[in-house]
This record gives sequence, structure tokens and C-alpha cells, in this order.
Amino acid sequence: MAEADEASKPLFAGLSDVSISEDIPVEGEITVPVGSPSHDDEYSTLDEPVKETILRDLKAVGKKFGHVMYPKKSTTLLRDWDLWGPLLLCVTLALMLQGGSADSKEDGGPQFAEVFVIIWFGSVIITLNSKLLGGTISFFQSLCVLGYCILPLTVAMIVCRLVLLGGTGTASFIVRFIVVVASFGWSTFASTAFLADSQPPNRKALVVYPVFLFYFVISWMILTFSPSHSDGATDTGP
Amino acid sequence: MAAVGDLQFQEFDDAENLLAANRDATTISIGDPNEKPTNQRRSLGNWSRNADSDKTELLAGQRKSAAFWTFEYYQAFFDVDTYQVLDRIKGSVLPLPGKNFVRLYIRSNPDLYGPLWICTTLVFAIAISGNISNFLVHLGQPQYHYMPEFRKVTIAATAIYSYAWLVPLALWGFLMWRNSKVMNIVSYSFLEIVCVYGYSLFIYIPAAILWIIPIEWVRWITILVAMCLSGSVLVITFWPAVRDDHRRIAIATISAVLILHALLAVGCKAYFFDAPQIEVPGLSGSIASGNRTVTAVKTH
Repeated sequence: MAEADEASKPLFAGLSDVSISEDIPVEGEITVPVGSPSHDDEYSTLDEPVKETILRDLKAVGKKFGHVMYPKKSTTLLRDWDLWGPLLLCVTLALMLQGGSADSKEDGGPQFAEVFVIIWFGSVIITLNSKLLGGTISFFQSLCVLGYCILPLTVAMIVCRLVLLGGTGTASFIVRFIVVVASFGWSTFASTAFLADSQPPNRKALVVYPVFLFYFVISWMILTFSPSHSDGATDTGP
Repeated sequence: MAAVGDLQFQEFDDAENLLAANRDATTISIGDPNEKPTNQRRSLGNWSRNADSDKTELLAGQRKSAAFWTFEYYQAFFDVDTYQVLDRIKGSVLPLPGKNFVRLYIRSNPDLYGPLWICTTLVFAIAISGNISNFLVHLGQPQYHYMPEFRKVTIAATAIYSYAWLVPLALWGFLMWRNSKVMNIVSYSFLEIVCVYGYSLFIYIPAAILWIIPIEWVRWITILVAMCLSGSVLVITFWPAVRDDHRRIAIATISAVLILHALLAVGCKAYFFDAPQIEVPGLSGSIASGNRTVTAVKTH
């Protein structure tokens, strides 16, 4: 029973002694309203047709390809990062680099596994380097950017293979050299455009140099790709 | 509360006079930094006139407090700015007598960025230059089929990385062992030795590019110049650490450092770069592996 003391009525005095009298019923029904599926706010992606699922991812990848080909400072690549694009590019590049110089007894060009390892291991090392130097970019965002910026080099590889179909003389070498150098510059420029803001200001060169080396090595592998010959005929150029 | 008139400046006697009165009193002397006793010099290093030397000296004690499995522990080894890396590279190719590389440039802030990326660049520089040089040497020969010898990159990487890590490890262990026998004034930590070795390999990158020129004496002159420059940096760095030891051991250590340095250069040149001489057609199968026995078989 609450005893009200009128003389010295401190605040909340009534709360110090609260009891529930028996004539207040404390019982009832607790039911959870079950919402019908038609009022669901989330769109369940489990029920959509497979074509839509694949197309949505392909569109995202394609949109990022577009951003790489016309690099301007945008955060799209960083915000919605995904690793499908890099995987696709890496596998394509490794497959195309593998088909040449297949002399079985002498060592020749890089094998599929070697290209794969160089690209992924190189990207991981560069990302770790950037984070150790104090960069604010996350691990997978950096992998995403580095992988997507291989796109110009993959295009160069396709062009080189087409040019090599026409012959392996000095003219084809010069054409291939120009194409590879242009795409190397494009790749490096695109990746620095995306990565520049996340680096501490007085260490930008320290972060950009490994990226430069990475794309340089890939360009070298593309440039020195030579298709296998069945005979050791006269060969004046790579 | 004391009256104003009582607040007089109190003259204190000189330290000696006070000490004469009470011999057992504890004293604290705050003197000139250069007068600090010898046994503390090892941890404090030299006070130089650069502005950031104070900061690095103070921070040196705060680093490496994170556990070795955390990310922050390794971030401490990459705490360098662009201009610092460039300064260290410059210091590794310009040996100045009396200027110790470690004391002058590293100053308790050894970094792993330089050694790591200089070694990586050197691996690719040697592999690519070797490839180009072989192509130029065998240009025009009908039985030569160009191949990008990709396996050689792995071999180059193994050789250079083991040189950059195992030799400093051995040298550090040796110096620690001698330190227990003979008290040295100067001793280096393992990371500082790795740092010196990593930066001293920088001179071989332009040397490897110059080795593309298929003229034998140009290559040998390049090796000599590179060896002299970076070898003298190494000697100037490590001489203070061994000079208090027995004469013969000191000389032996320094010569071992120089010989290993030379061996790396000569070995790379021999393995990756074919000698620019005309080979016997029957040995065309071994051209790609670049062994030196070809030079013993001269056709003219």
C-alpha cells in the first residue's frame, strides 16, 4: 500500500513502495500479427528467373568496365566492388597467354598458373603495401580496382593476337609495341585515378610505384608473347 | 600565508658545495645531451641537426609495442615518406667517408618498403634485361627461336630474396656473437642490417639495364663501378661494428661481405646474360639456358 506522506513529499516518493492490488487483472492475449507475403518490403531474389540474376551481375560488371575505359574520379568502382570482373579478365588473359611457345622441353612463356598467381598474388601484395603505408582503402576494394584496370591490357592482348595472325615480322612488332605501351599507360592512369584519394599525401609515389611495376610486368608478358612454331624457321623478331 | 616581503629569491649554492654538505643526497644531473655516458649512446644515437630527428628519437621507444600478430606491428616498418625513401636510395649509391648509412639515414627507423620493392624490381630488371640481351646477342641466327624464359624469373627471385634475407641474418648473428666476446660501441639491429642490404642492392638495377649492351668489357666495367659504390657503403657501415675486434676477424668479416656482394653480381650476369660470342651451331640447344661453357668454345 502506498503511504502518502504529505508533510515532506519528496519526488517520486510514491514509487518506492509500489504494489499491485489484486483487483487489476493482468492477463490477456499476446498474438503476433503475421504479415501476408504480399506486404513484404524486400524483393526476394530467390524467386526471380536465373536470367535476371545473371544479367544483373553482368550489367554491374559491364558498367564498371565502362568506368575503367573512361576513367574519371568516381567512387562507383569503390562503392560497389565485386571480384567477378577481375576474375573474368584474369582468366581470359591467362588463357590467351598460355597458347604460345609451347616447346615442351624448353621453358617458354608463362603457364596459366603462373599468370594467375602473378596477377592475384601481385594484387594482394600491392594492396597490403598500400594499407601498410596508411591507406584508407579496404582490402577488397583495392583488389577490385587493380583487377578491373587490367581491362586495357586484356584488350591489347586480343589485338596482339590478331596482329600476330598476320605475321611475326618487325612491322607487327612495332604495332604490338605501340598498342601495349598505350594500354599500359591507360591501365596505370586509370588505377591511380581511382586509388589516388585514399592515400596519405606524402606517400603517393610510394603507393603508385608498385602499381606501375605490376602493370609493367603484365605488359612485358603480353609483348613477348610469341606463338609456337612447328619449325625453327627464320625468325627476326619476337 | 606568507607576507610579500618574505618572498625573496633564494640563492642556491653550486652543486658541488651542496653535495659537500651531504654526501649521500640523491642527485639528478640534467646536462648537455652530448655528455651522456657511453653506455647510453647505443640506444640514443647521435643527435643530428635535422628537424625530425627529435621526433623519431622520441617515437623510437614507442614503436613495436603491438604484438607481432597484429597489423599495427607491421605498419611500424612502413613508416616512411617518399622523400625519406629517395634520400636513403641516394645515400646508398654515394658513399661519403665518415658518414655511416645507418646513422645518417636510418636513425632508428628501419623500413621494409625499400628492401622489399628494390629486390622485386631487381628480380624483374635482371630477368627482363637478360631476355632482351639474349635476343640481341642471337639476333639473325637462323636456328635461334626467341622465347620469353619465364622460369628464370623464379630463379632470379629465389637468388635475390635469399641474398637479401639470409646474408643479413648470418651477419647479424655473427655480430651478436662477437658482441658477447668483445664489447662493441656500435651494434645494429637485424632490421637495420636488412635495410642496409636492401638499399645497397639498388645500384644493380641500372647496372642490369646497362648489361643489355652486348659488349663484354662494358658489362665488366659496369659491375666494377656498381661494386665499388655499394661495396664501399657496406664497408663504411660495418667497419665501426667490427673494428674493435681482433684485426684478422674484422678483415675477414669485411671481405666476406664484399665477396658475397660481388658473387651475387657476377653470378647474375653469368646466368642470365649470354656472352656475346658466336656459338658453335651444334650447341644451339643449350643457348636458352645461358651457360658459360659456351664461351670456352670459341669458333674464331
